[in-house]
Amino acid sequence: MSIDAAARYAESHEYAKLEGSLVLVGISDHAQEELGDIVFVELPKAGKLLAKGQVFGTVESVKAASDLYMPVSGEVSEVNPALQADAGLVNREPYRKGWMIKVKPSNICDLDALLSAEAYGKSIGEA
Amino acid sequence: MPFIPNADSDRLEMLASIGVSKVEELFSDIPSAKRFPPLDLPKGISEFEMLSEIEALAAKNLGAKGKAWFMGAGAYNHFIPSIVPALASRGEFLTAYTPYQPEVSQGTLQAIFEYQSMAAALLGVDVVNASHYDVATALAEAILMAWKQNEDRPAVYFPSDLHPEYRGVVETYVSSFPIELRFYEGDPAALAIDERVACVVAGYPSFSGEVYSLGTCAEKTHAAGALLIVQADPHVCALLESPGAQGADIVVAEGQSLGNPMNFGGPYLGMMGASEKLMRKLPGRIVGEAKDREGRKGYVLTLTAREQHIRREKAVSNICSNQGLSRLCYDKAHFAAERIAQIPGYKIETRRFFKEFLVSTPIAAEAIFDRLLKKDIVPGFPLSRYDASKDNKLLCCVTELNSKEEIDALVKALAEVTP
Amino acid sequence: MNLLPEPLIFNVSSPGAQGCSLPESDVPPSPLPQDLTRKHLGLPEVDELTVVRHFTRLSQKNFSIDTNFYPLGSCTMKYNPKANEVAASHSGWKSLHPLIGDRYSQGALELVFRLQESLAEIGGFSAVSLQPAAGAHGELAGVLIIRDYLESIGQGQRKTMLIPDSAHGTNPASCTMAGFATRTVPSGNDGNIDIKALEAMLNDEVAGIMVTNPNTLGLFERNIAKIAKMIHDAGGLVYGDGANMNALTGVFKPGKSGIDVMHFNLHKTFSTPHGGGGPGSGMVAVVSKLADFLPGPVAVKQGKKFALAMPPASIGRMKAFYGNFGVLVRAYAYIRMLGRDGLRRVAENSVLNANYLRAKLERHYPLKYKKACMHEFVAMGNIAPGIRTLDIAKRLIDYGFHPPTIYFPLIVPEALMIEPTETESKAVLDAFVEAMLSIAQEAKTKPELLNAAPTTTPVGRLDEVAAARCPVLCYRP
Repeated sequence: MSIDAAARYAESHEYAKLEGSLVLVGISDHAQEELGDIVFVELPKAGKLLAKGQVFGTVESVKAASDLYMPVSGEVSEVNPALQADAGLVNREPYRKGWMIKVKPSNICDLDALLSAEAYGKSIGEA
Repeated sequence: MPFIPNADSDRLEMLASIGVSKVEELFSDIPSAKRFPPLDLPKGISEFEMLSEIEALAAKNLGAKGKAWFMGAGAYNHFIPSIVPALASRGEFLTAYTPYQPEVSQGTLQAIFEYQSMAAALLGVDVVNASHYDVATALAEAILMAWKQNEDRPAVYFPSDLHPEYRGVVETYVSSFPIELRFYEGDPAALAIDERVACVVAGYPSFSGEVYSLGTCAEKTHAAGALLIVQADPHVCALLESPGAQGADIVVAEGQSLGNPMNFGGPYLGMMGASEKLMRKLPGRIVGEAKDREGRKGYVLTLTAREQHIRREKAVSNICSNQGLSRLCYDKAHFAAERIAQIPGYKIETRRFFKEFLVSTPIAAEAIFDRLLKKDIVPGFPLSRYDASKDNKLLCCVTELNSKEEIDALVKALAEVTP
Repeated sequence: MNLLPEPLIFNVSSPGAQGCSLPESDVPPSPLPQDLTRKHLGLPEVDELTVVRHFTRLSQKNFSIDTNFYPLGSCTMKYNPKANEVAASHSGWKSLHPLIGDRYSQGALELVFRLQESLAEIGGFSAVSLQPAAGAHGELAGVLIIRDYLESIGQGQRKTMLIPDSAHGTNPASCTMAGFATRTVPSGNDGNIDIKALEAMLNDEVAGIMVTNPNTLGLFERNIAKIAKMIHDAGGLVYGDGANMNALTGVFKPGKSGIDVMHFNLHKTFSTPHGGGGPGSGMVAVVSKLADFLPGPVAVKQGKKFALAMPPASIGRMKAFYGNFGVLVRAYAYIRMLGRDGLRRVAENSVLNANYLRAKLERHYPLKYKKACMHEFVAMGNIAPGIRTLDIAKRLIDYGFHPPTIYFPLIVPEALMIEPTETESKAVLDAFVEAMLSIAQEAKTKPELLNAAPTTTPVGRLDEVAAARCPVLCYRP
């Protein structure tokens, strides 16, 4: 299991990674493993304003459908177009090609409130 | 002991294997004061005695058999071809569980896939689930599904002229959510739809039988960013343009008339279908194609992650090879309506209908019902049973089972009723 | 089992073929509305014999109670007397219109009334509604009753429902539908509700608790009276999930032990064939203070006559008309044939059969809770390296047995939930034990047999992930 050291994490397993002025959002490797084979990801339209903690989409595996929560507040500036055709990218490369949305954060300090990679690792029982 | 195969000697052996001497010991977790309470019920009776009792109870009802039957209002008296019960009662279908183990459930799964395909063609939608308890619960779930697409929109346009019992079920289902039903009269095409509206519900036909074109309403609904839900009669869809083809986003229908008996109201079949963009929002079970490791095609329950409730499905539908049945109902209903319209004091209130129409009567419809019943004619459903203010309204339904002779007898008997 | 591929009904369609005969029209044709006339229908055209063969062959691709032992935990897949079918398909019921009126449906209403009375007596409740159409539907009715009752006594702020971690998945779903938030109550080491944890969760926002008894581990909730008292003292109500009533008929009356509202799965305990997923019936029963809130209409007796009536503070209708009447007739017929003694025998023998299987299997398939069970028990299938419960389940198919319920309840890893029911003989149970022991042996010596199973079915394990990623849900010409 991998934890991207450059990202920060929500307790609900979304990660948020600063890329220039935007925040890249997806779910952690641990989350995709728990969910199992992901068959569908539903994401918002670009331009939507969402507050931290609000549902921005759902991820659906054979086992379960789970809501996705915003790790930071802001405007959705881009949605990963590749997931529509291949939701399995979230399983294979959660931190790279399996990203979900890019957010223009309304308050960059939201990131500080998230767990560090180390703290997240501890919270899921990784040494 | 009926239905319990083990003999006492088997039971003793089994108790010995378990390591107890009496079966009562297996219930020791239950507080002794509450264990084995007396049951104030009669002793068991034999199969023969039970069937005689059923026979006696069944005789104390007035069934459609042997009557000139013109009552519909949500439960329809159609002929059921003999192969329907013959196939539907096969033990391999009837006594199987929900197909969670696909390798040993291909029969049920393929039959459901075929049902989905035929129902989708009939209703004019891309995808159909399997299925709901009845059309009333299907409609309630369709409204919740549409509302969840955009929870900022609390309003649902709901026709006043929709089956009162379906409306009752919808009211129960939405009671926990901030949803407001806005009732409207007449043609849904005339509605002004604002941005507070989540969806528009329309009947096809309405409870009183009125068939409105849906195209204009669909356009206006979509322009306002809302969804159109249509509650349809599946037989109408065989003869007239389907709701899906006219732009409905979700279509629900009562499948009772597709080969299921009236059965005092249940079990029936709630059909629900939707356009492709709502595919992953559809509640209930859905069967899809799949392949095994050797590349053989099979069927599985799919999109199951969102299944919340266990729902019912009926795998067998009445396969009618053409539109003949619907056409027959249509012609007979129009023939009957024209004749009734000529009787002084009677008026047909429904302008465009399929097999059911509303008649205004010279005296209370309930009185007509009582008088005609003496002649073995059930002339329709008196609306006063739902709404006391609608005294002189009779909802008449004509199906392929009504011969011209029966229609003649109805017309004659109605004409003899004088204020 | 029929292993040959069966084409879709669309693929055997032959234009012009007729599946049923219609009477000739004896009235003149009426013009159709031009703007709305449908031009193309797209349904298969098939002759009657082709239809019969098609569906008969399909039926032969199923396991069913009529052909196989079906020990599906929590599903009560018992044999349902064929006499029930005869009783339910009487022409007097089939041609009975739901709106014909009380005067003309006295026989049906009398049956419904008698069934209501019998079920109330069996459960120890004071009133019953037969409106709900399935277990989950009855559950929804039950929590709506709790909601409306609490509002009626000025306790509408109670919006939290407590649900044990061993509960059926439908419990939280029903709560959401009724506007309740849910909180999970953990199980203790004995598989029963953790009383201390429960105590800490009680406050004036708690609407009640939903208890399945026996629970999904097949264990009787020994502290049920104490739990009920704690909840009642805290101002809440106790909901009983009656899915497992098969262990309790004539043995225990939930309504006399602190349960306020409960649904029964009539189609399970009271014997309607499962029909590949329905129809069912999920009646809801309540103690007297909740009777006015029942969904309606219900059957009432007025002098010598029977009538339908809406309870005064009813939560409303759950479906059109009066419940799944066909299922009600079967339940009535079943209760009449068994009577008071037969119903107790049902529970006794279902518990005896389950414990017999438990005793025979526990050395090979470990139990998480090693004690006598009620009508079902939960074992674990990870009995050898590289072997999972799924493999055991699929291998059982090759031995001609339907697999038990797997991976449920969630609190037992690699769960195998086994419910034999009372209608199976010792000989069948012994054959099942033999197959399970043989599979346990194979798991150690020939694991590849398990991983490849099943091989005796029309298709092998299907790729459910691919099916869900790119769904094909309809025939496309």
